[in-house]
Amino acid sequence: MIELDDVGYSYGGGELLSHVSIRLAPGSFHFLTGPSGAGKTTLLKLCYGALTPTSGVVRAFEDDLRGLDRGQTALLRRRMGVVHQDCRFLDHLPLADNIALPLIVSGRDMAQESDNLKELMGWVGLTARADARPPELSGGERQRAALARAVILSPDVVLADEPTGNVDWEMSMRLLTLLVELNKMGKTVLIASHDLSLIRAAKSQVQARVLRISNRQLQLAGADL
Amino acid sequence: MLRTVLIGDTQADRVVPPSGFTAQLTLFASGAMAFLAVFALALSLASGRLADRWASELARSATLRITAPEDQVAAQTEVALRILRQTPGVARARALSKQEQAALLAPWFGPGLDLDALPVPQLIEVTEDEQGYDAAGLRLRLAAEVPGAVLDDHTRWRKPLVDAANSLRRLGWISILLIGGAMAAMITLAANAALAANAQVIEVLRLVGAHDSYIAGAFVRRFTLRAFIGAGIGVALGLAGVLLLPEASDEGGFLTGLGFRGLSWLWPLLIPLLGGAVAFAATWLAARRRLKELS
Repeated sequence: MIELDDVGYSYGGGELLSHVSIRLAPGSFHFLTGPSGAGKTTLLKLCYGALTPTSGVVRAFEDDLRGLDRGQTALLRRRMGVVHQDCRFLDHLPLADNIALPLIVSGRDMAQESDNLKELMGWVGLTARADARPPELSGGERQRAALARAVILSPDVVLADEPTGNVDWEMSMRLLTLLVELNKMGKTVLIASHDLSLIRAAKSQVQARVLRISNRQLQLAGADL
Repeated sequence: MLRTVLIGDTQADRVVPPSGFTAQLTLFASGAMAFLAVFALALSLASGRLADRWASELARSATLRITAPEDQVAAQTEVALRILRQTPGVARARALSKQEQAALLAPWFGPGLDLDALPVPQLIEVTEDEQGYDAAGLRLRLAAEVPGAVLDDHTRWRKPLVDAANSLRRLGWISILLIGGAMAAMITLAANAALAANAQVIEVLRLVGAHDSYIAGAFVRRFTLRAFIGAGIGVALGLAGVLLLPEASDEGGFLTGLGFRGLSWLWPLLIPLLGGAVAFAATWLAARRRLKELS
């Protein structure tokens, strides 16, 4: 589904990732961990084509991302739900429209999708906040909204960058449960997180592989996780 | 793309936040430019009419001036008229009456001028037909038979006047082109400012799978409509200004003829369409360039 083959990435003269190879099989659940600045976000961006590797090949759905034009990259992103660390929204739109944004840009008939939208908002517990503007939301609500927006097009892959970064433990567990549920629906999930307690909690709910970025390289984490 | 702009997409329009300042800037710039374009167009069309009129009227007329001792003026006038009637290409030749000559001098000497007290030459108005006459040949014959006659076919001062009117017409069109260029530049700046201010919006839209054409379209539609509306207002004000100009009259000369005639009133209606087209192209190019800079 997503495959990085001997990928390297340099930024500002320094090498951030080197000889990284990974394959995310359909329906798999992966954690990506490592210290802050290790390159977790960079690796996620390489997966959805926001960055181009300086060496090696990134493939998504059998396509080499280097060969995709901008239109094809846009279509690829509709098959991948991305949750950003800082959960960016369009502040002038109400929350419901922000969550529905992938539907809007892909030209779906919003009248037909309204039931799905309501159901999804209920699933992430944001029904009562449908008309709120993003700046009015708490950290946890923003994280849940970002997750809902990422999955509204029912993507094949969900890439989440520190999805529990700004929320308390209870909210972290709720978000993790949502991601596990998505995985049980057959979605491939890759979560970048430095929160080891979250990873341990997840392993009790789902069969997850944990990958660690260390010294610019990707390794399978040991039994301590 | 053009179809998308004309039909519109309310959902896509909503994803771009309202931008008050750039909206007003675009509206004002296109309105001001359209206002100026109306006057440049009026100037160009009026100059064109003037050049055509001078070229056709003056080219078909000439003046024969007979300066002779008082007792020979009538005889030389008679001979000159006979020669002119015999000359191929001369449609009509007519000696001006004393009253007509006095009227011509009235602007300088005032009304009630007594021509008998002044040694004023006799003037003969010559009108040529479609084929025209041989001016050089006519001059030779007049020199032989009417020694006091001088033929002035207006060539000496007609050409600079027509050239000047044509230059004014060209300047009018160049002004319209410059106005269009300035409008494109201003709208490009406003579009770039709006795109830069909305960098996060664009980033979010790309993240959720929006095509470049979708994002660019939302901006292009907004700026095209603003430019069209602004230019429409500018044209309306410009036309009102032209309407308030004095009516054309012989006394007022060129300045009172500065306006539109007949179907030429329709020309300014093209300005909002052209303004919209300029805004469309300028915003489209700015948006495409900006989007390519983003990953």
